[in-house]
Amino acid sequence: MSARKRGLTDLRKPDNLRSFNLLHSNVPEPTPVPYDSIVCVKQVPDTANVTAEAMKDDGTVNRAQLPAIFNPEDLHALETALAVRDVHGGTVTALSMGPPKAAEVLRECLFRGADRAILLTDRRAAASDTLATSYILSQAIRTIGRYDLVFCGRQAIDGDTAQVGPQIAEKLDIPQITYLERVVDLTGDVIQVRRNIGQGWEIVEARLPVLLTVIDTANRPRPCAARRVMRCKRARVVAELAAEVRAEMPDATDEQRQAEVDRRGQLLQERSLLIEQWDLDRIGADLDRCGIAGSPTKVHRVQAIVLTKEGFTEVAPTEDGIRQLIHELVVDRTWG
Amino acid sequence: MANFFLDNRDIRFLFDHVNMAELARIQELDAENGQADYAPTDEADTVDNYRRVLEIVGQVAGDVIAPNAEQVDEEGNTLNDNGTVTYHPLVQQNLDTMGQADLMGFTLPRKYGGLNCPNLVYTMATEIVSRADASFMNMFGLQGIAETVNAFANDEIKDEVLPRFASGEVTGAMVLTEPDAGSDLQAVRLRAEQNGDGNWVLNGVKRFITNGCGEILLTLARSEPDIADGRGLSLFISERDETIRVRHLEEKHGIHGSPTCELVYDNTPARLVGERQRGLITYVLALMNGARVGIAAQSLGIAEAAYRLGRTYAHTRQQFGVPIEKMPAVAEMVTNMQVDIEAARALAYHTSWICDHENNNLRVLEGGRRELGDEEKKQRKQLSRGYKRLNSMLTPMSKYYCSEMCIEVANAAVQVLGGSGYIKDYAAQRYLRDSRITTIYEGTSQLQVVAAIRGVTSGTFEQFAGELEQKSYDDPALAELKEKLVAAKQIILETIQFVKTQSSAYVDLHARRLVDSAIAVIVGHLLLDQATACDRKKVVARRFITSRLPEIKKNCEIVRSGDAMPIDEYELLAGPVPSLD
Repeated sequence: MSARKRGLTDLRKPDNLRSFNLLHSNVPEPTPVPYDSIVCVKQVPDTANVTAEAMKDDGTVNRAQLPAIFNPEDLHALETALAVRDVHGGTVTALSMGPPKAAEVLRECLFRGADRAILLTDRRAAASDTLATSYILSQAIRTIGRYDLVFCGRQAIDGDTAQVGPQIAEKLDIPQITYLERVVDLTGDVIQVRRNIGQGWEIVEARLPVLLTVIDTANRPRPCAARRVMRCKRARVVAELAAEVRAEMPDATDEQRQAEVDRRGQLLQERSLLIEQWDLDRIGADLDRCGIAGSPTKVHRVQAIVLTKEGFTEVAPTEDGIRQLIHELVVDRTWG
Repeated sequence: MANFFLDNRDIRFLFDHVNMAELARIQELDAENGQADYAPTDEADTVDNYRRVLEIVGQVAGDVIAPNAEQVDEEGNTLNDNGTVTYHPLVQQNLDTMGQADLMGFTLPRKYGGLNCPNLVYTMATEIVSRADASFMNMFGLQGIAETVNAFANDEIKDEVLPRFASGEVTGAMVLTEPDAGSDLQAVRLRAEQNGDGNWVLNGVKRFITNGCGEILLTLARSEPDIADGRGLSLFISERDETIRVRHLEEKHGIHGSPTCELVYDNTPARLVGERQRGLITYVLALMNGARVGIAAQSLGIAEAAYRLGRTYAHTRQQFGVPIEKMPAVAEMVTNMQVDIEAARALAYHTSWICDHENNNLRVLEGGRRELGDEEKKQRKQLSRGYKRLNSMLTPMSKYYCSEMCIEVANAAVQVLGGSGYIKDYAAQRYLRDSRITTIYEGTSQLQVVAAIRGVTSGTFEQFAGELEQKSYDDPALAELKEKLVAAKQIILETIQFVKTQSSAYVDLHARRLVDSAIAVIVGHLLLDQATACDRKKVVARRFITSRLPEIKKNCEIVRSGDAMPIDEYELLAGPVPSLD
């Protein structure tokens, strides 16, 4: 009767209160308990379409030369959260840290079904490594307050570290399940998850709240919904409004511009289209743990590798030929 | 991560080239704007919505539907023992995804949860979906059923049914054909009877019903047993239940993902749509007109897929040390494929554009949302007659021209691929199989010609071509091509004068040649208009017009020859009827 336990532990939510009351008046099992999810999403350079200009001379990524996309595995994290909501009810909040432009991925979260979106943007957070990033995101999650599930993509395609999700869980002091392939069961405050372990899978169980990192075989992300796109395409963070106003009113004074930003923000707010914009102060972050100051990771050396073609290998289109090819790919670690 | 809208240069060009803002304006005029929180604020916003919707369609088509197509074609749907059908899991996945993307109420008003998109945008979307999987178009493209309900059913039925279509909860079928009533729907026999309490029940058999397993069925039935022709037929709506059995799923040459059902009605409860006796003569004709533009779009999509495969193959396949596209004969096949698609697309999209004007004008005229002044009413009535006349020519022309083009292009793709085109490793054979139905269903090519020839010989063509000729071109090359089209029209008009002195059988015999010639002139003008906005299109227009002019002359010469041997000497030329034992 974990549902009962859940109802007892959290009576702030009206639905839980209802189920609590129902259970104590000997009424049959009520409808499923809703769950509140937070999904961490990241806008990343499209590393699948890298051109020669993708790297700057100092070895850092030249973001201007790469189209920015929704980190692929984060889409699967979002889908997992939305699927939980489809079955159990509740809410899905999308959270992203990045420059104002990262509001693009938050809009896409709204297009696909998220209820709420928060952009954490602050110049003081620039150049954060995984340690600082996970600290900032964990502070943001604490600020959101109420949550049952936190979803992250397994890793981002720009850094490929797969560290941020697990570090957030540690900082929040909640259990984590990585490499989620499928939610097997979610009842009361217990979740069962099938996780991929490379050569196979295992099913593990955890108590909520829990952080889960999701891999791309977990599901097929739902498409953007046309009606949501029509409604939410105007959603903006304040920083975007400010940039728009700067472009449209080049000759206005700062006060006039601010008044216009406030006016537009108010209009969006009334239609629930203002994406929340938080800074480090809003989440009570310790500035020593953010940005460069909070990032012990230093790039030691960058090696530029030029790939050259060394000729062709003919493979016979037979069972044996293919077997031999696979063997060679495994041996030189191209595959497997 | 393919997007079948964003990667299609020509559709995007046409989206920008047509006056989409005007379309947005008439589409939103007197529409139930503002009642939904996703309603647009102005024309630019509306056009932006159209573009975004097409991006979603392109993404779903490229990422979901296209990768599923081969397996759906291989495995098809399943008929269960209890007379129900289970879609192939990937067909179901396609449907679910389209529902999630809000794309199943494409043209419905927002008050039912629809997107209120114009017909032209729907035609573009239908083409994009068909390129991914022609058979899935038969589910996506059945939205005309919801449109028919919206146009003719009472509010009670509309409120009940339309939100379910828009959300993707239900799909529908238009249940017209019977074993003895195919092209000739006046022969429909399925009985509709009113029982004691005034409720209708249906009894009988229907055949070749696309998605006959859908939840909402629009059935053409004989409500007046004493009236033998089309005036005895009414249109009924029923919800799928155990009184309707799918007796048989057809094994088809192509479009395997689309379930083609034989249905048995056994005291099936039904409700009347609109008025009695107007089933065929008003409602089904309207339904069919929309569906025909849909098949034109489906044809474009199949052809586009086939062209892309053929073009790529011709570029990469090496023989005699060069890519085969370097060989003139292959080069001609490949360029013809592309030019023919662009020509057909110009016609189909222009037809949709006219449909939008006709529909929206009628909606404002008859919708009663706004009191019209006498002058506006008069003006709109006059417009209405003009659009209707033009559309009744352009719609069958589009269906006929696009579907015939589709088969030719799909056939050429197989030829370009050679042996590889004939085996299942490549999709070319699937495109050819899928293409083959397009000249048959929703009215055969021969019937489209019968419908179109009226407009060609009755002055509609002459008037429309005259309007197109009003456009003047600064570019002397384009101006010269236009003059050639004007001259070609004269030849056609003279030929029309000749056939008017002949028997009706003679006109029927040669109608196709006249319709072909008229289409070539119309499309020539449309391509010239596109050429003003794009240098490449100048070449396309020149290629199209210079290759068609001799065909127009040839066709007209044959028509004027007076030769009617296929009728006069039928028995001799056809030979004795062979035994098929």
